[in-house]
Amino acid sequence: MTDKLLTVAITGMNALPDNPGPGLAVARCLREAYGDGIRIVGLGYDALDPGLYLGEYCDSVYLLSYPLNGSELLLERLAEIQALEKIDLLIPCLDAELPLMVALAEKLAELGIKTFMPNADQFERRAKSRLAELAEASGIAHPELKALANPHFFRECEKEGWPYPLVVKGVFYDAKIVANPEQAAAAFHSIASEWGLPVLVQRFVAGEEYNLAGIGDGQGVLLGEVMMKKRAVTSKGKAWAGVATADGQLAEVARKLVAELKWKGPLEVEVMRDAKGDYQLIEINPRFPAWIYLSHGVGRNLPALLLELAMGRPAPAMAAPRPGTMFIRHALETIVPLSLFENLMMQGQCIPEAKG
Amino acid sequence: MNAPVKILKPWVKPTLSPHRVGVMNKFGAVRQHNHQADLDGVAIEPLLEQYGSPLFILSEKTLRDNARRLQRAFATRWPKVRHGWSYKTNYLNAVCSILHQEGSWAEVVSDFEYHKARALGVPGSRIIFNGPWKPSAILEQAAHEGAQIHIDHLDEIYALEQVAKSLNKKVAVGIRLNFDTGYTESWSRFGFNLESGAAMDAAQRIASSEWLKLTGLHSHIGTFVLDLRAYAAQARIMAEFMDKVEAETACLIEYLDIGGGFASRNALQGVYLPPDQLVPSFDQYAEAITGSLLEATRTRSAAGKTLPTLILETGRAMVDDAEILVTRVVGGKRLPDGRRAAILDAGVNLLFTAFWYNHQVKPLRPLDGIPEETVLYGPLCMNIDIVRNSVMLPPLNVGDALMVRPAGAYNNTQWMQFIQYRPAVVMVTLEGKVEVVRVAEQLSAINEYERLPESLRLPFPQGLPE
Amino acid sequence: MTRQTLDFPNVESLKRLAISESGFIFDPVTGNSFTVNHTGRAILQLLQKTLDMEQITKRLQAEYAVDAPVADREAIEFANQLRGCFQ
Repeated sequence: MTDKLLTVAITGMNALPDNPGPGLAVARCLREAYGDGIRIVGLGYDALDPGLYLGEYCDSVYLLSYPLNGSELLLERLAEIQALEKIDLLIPCLDAELPLMVALAEKLAELGIKTFMPNADQFERRAKSRLAELAEASGIAHPELKALANPHFFRECEKEGWPYPLVVKGVFYDAKIVANPEQAAAAFHSIASEWGLPVLVQRFVAGEEYNLAGIGDGQGVLLGEVMMKKRAVTSKGKAWAGVATADGQLAEVARKLVAELKWKGPLEVEVMRDAKGDYQLIEINPRFPAWIYLSHGVGRNLPALLLELAMGRPAPAMAAPRPGTMFIRHALETIVPLSLFENLMMQGQCIPEAKG
Repeated sequence: MNAPVKILKPWVKPTLSPHRVGVMNKFGAVRQHNHQADLDGVAIEPLLEQYGSPLFILSEKTLRDNARRLQRAFATRWPKVRHGWSYKTNYLNAVCSILHQEGSWAEVVSDFEYHKARALGVPGSRIIFNGPWKPSAILEQAAHEGAQIHIDHLDEIYALEQVAKSLNKKVAVGIRLNFDTGYTESWSRFGFNLESGAAMDAAQRIASSEWLKLTGLHSHIGTFVLDLRAYAAQARIMAEFMDKVEAETACLIEYLDIGGGFASRNALQGVYLPPDQLVPSFDQYAEAITGSLLEATRTRSAAGKTLPTLILETGRAMVDDAEILVTRVVGGKRLPDGRRAAILDAGVNLLFTAFWYNHQVKPLRPLDGIPEETVLYGPLCMNIDIVRNSVMLPPLNVGDALMVRPAGAYNNTQWMQFIQYRPAVVMVTLEGKVEVVRVAEQLSAINEYERLPESLRLPFPQGLPE
Repeated sequence: MTRQTLDFPNVESLKRLAISESGFIFDPVTGNSFTVNHTGRAILQLLQKTLDMEQITKRLQAEYAVDAPVADREAIEFANQLRGCFQ
């Protein structure tokens, strides 16, 4: 080995069969773009995160301290990993860790780890609970949203002008459509137990859901937008199959948001398209979505674009989007030697011999 | 030549942890080196030896630093700012006195607290008197001494009017308001509701009284409020009501008291993010509140009217991290479900806040062994006596000391004397000295208030039972 | 005073365990895995050879700085835990 390969660390390797985190898809995109020309460090939060076992995508893998334990421990662990890996770029992919990563950006830079993320203010402004303010500032339609500390609201909400169905959401993840107070209370409790309080309630918008992934350049410009509609979902409501779409009006929605926030980094914009073809903003995820591999499929490899931007290189020209490109998601078993699991369990890391 | 001495390996408790789905991460646990042996440079273990365990330890430095940071955050953004120390949060005399030395008034909610402030040397004119029940004797004293009284309900207007009349003195009062900020649950049980018009009714009633005059508005939007928008809304709503009430009743509002509710760096149960990511700083609270107030009082300023004094009753965020509770492990067991449990000499009798916080728990010295999910039980024979339901800790041995923090807010006021003595509270001073600020309780202190009828003097008058 | 007898799991269920240097244990019969610390590992490895408590205690005291009452107490609790994991 002469020249040091660029080393990219990616979190969110929890590519669970029924609810995958985006990290593995980001790694696959980078592998497609650079082959063995980069090293990929997979970062997970559980020794059973599937992506950590896929040697073709991750050159070495590590477990991190839970976000719940605070930024100090997370930084400490990242510094330990940095001492072994010389990470050039970190791409965080999980909602729950992002507030910490954003807060740690400067300290990571001091360790020599670049990131391409929004600042704390931009990050806060796109929070689910503040979506209305942002949508209004950007001139985008949106369903009304309320933060709840307890489920009492659902008993009388119809009288207060909140008819069912409603959408109950966690501050980070999860959304459930509920049709009556009982379902609403059940959804409230299940979401609160996993993602904590407050729980959000949003007015239901009839229509079809569309998703747009892209990257904000930090100056207010949206780069490389890729649009997708789910064609089939699993029983848990997660994408099973999807198709690339192209609509200038949806791109315009995302452009307005990125311009208003001067967003820096990846984002996913979720919208509902109503019967008249108008878009209502449902939420903004401050990261790549799990379906980001489709961006490679349509010739707009967004993780690769992010890497170029983060390394300060000129952004490559983006191909025209290719609507009609489909993806199908499937589960696949990988054979794992017990020793690999043991390493992750006992050492919290696994660094295979350098690839020959 | 000496025979080679075999060096024995240090013993640690044998442990065996099954690998369970969802918790397979050795870095998920709090690190072993995450221990703390001292507070402000004073070693804690000798304090336990001297004053006994459990032990509360206050940091004068942290408390004064907090007071100054709060003062600075607001005074640099608003012309007139006053802090009222919320006695109920921690009314140890030493704590109150430090805050009075830092310029805080006393904010009291009962006759007991009023007496405590007066006994400490706080004049009535520097007391803010809140609360839903102010017994007539103390109301009279407060009115006489010029305390800043905040009226909670209509009956209190009539009561205070009578008091003022008997004192032959026109009494300046504030009223407590409640309203929906849009971001907090409305605490409608306290004060007069704004949306329903009850607040304006109260203001009108006071305006029509020859004994009372309305000079202030008070409200308190909740506790552990993390959403800055709630405070911005509160400030705006109060300022708007100030203009309205002045216009309609020809009074002059001299102050807006926005109460307390700032969160401390404690981990609320059921909240996903750690406190360092969630809890706004004093500067952020100040920015949200004063920014909104400046906006809402713009026409007032333009009209040349004086801006009201901004009063804060910050309690929790002031004192919580200025005190710790140190407790020793008195026993351990393995629960039938496999979890480890430790029994501590301090429980919810001393740490009432364990009902809603996941306090940080740190050993005083590094502990050997693999961290494992552990339940921390208190010493009471009550099933609810749990200090932490689940915390990752290395094996604990009898005698190991743990620091539980932050513990400064509400514990020294809500602790209970149930089957045990309440322990000593000591304070590490600015100079690094250790002062006892409350001695450990003894039986005599409890028995002093009891009276035993003569006929019950002997427990076994007929001789000892079988 | 009669000597305490400990109810450990049967020796066959302990012998089948693969215990690695790192403290990782795999039970091929149940498919479960565990993490054991170094003292727990020492006890388990002794148990794979013998169930004679006196022997075990002696060997532990020869290797570790532990006095008899502590070793006793820990052995009672550890045996209880082993019963729960490997029957």
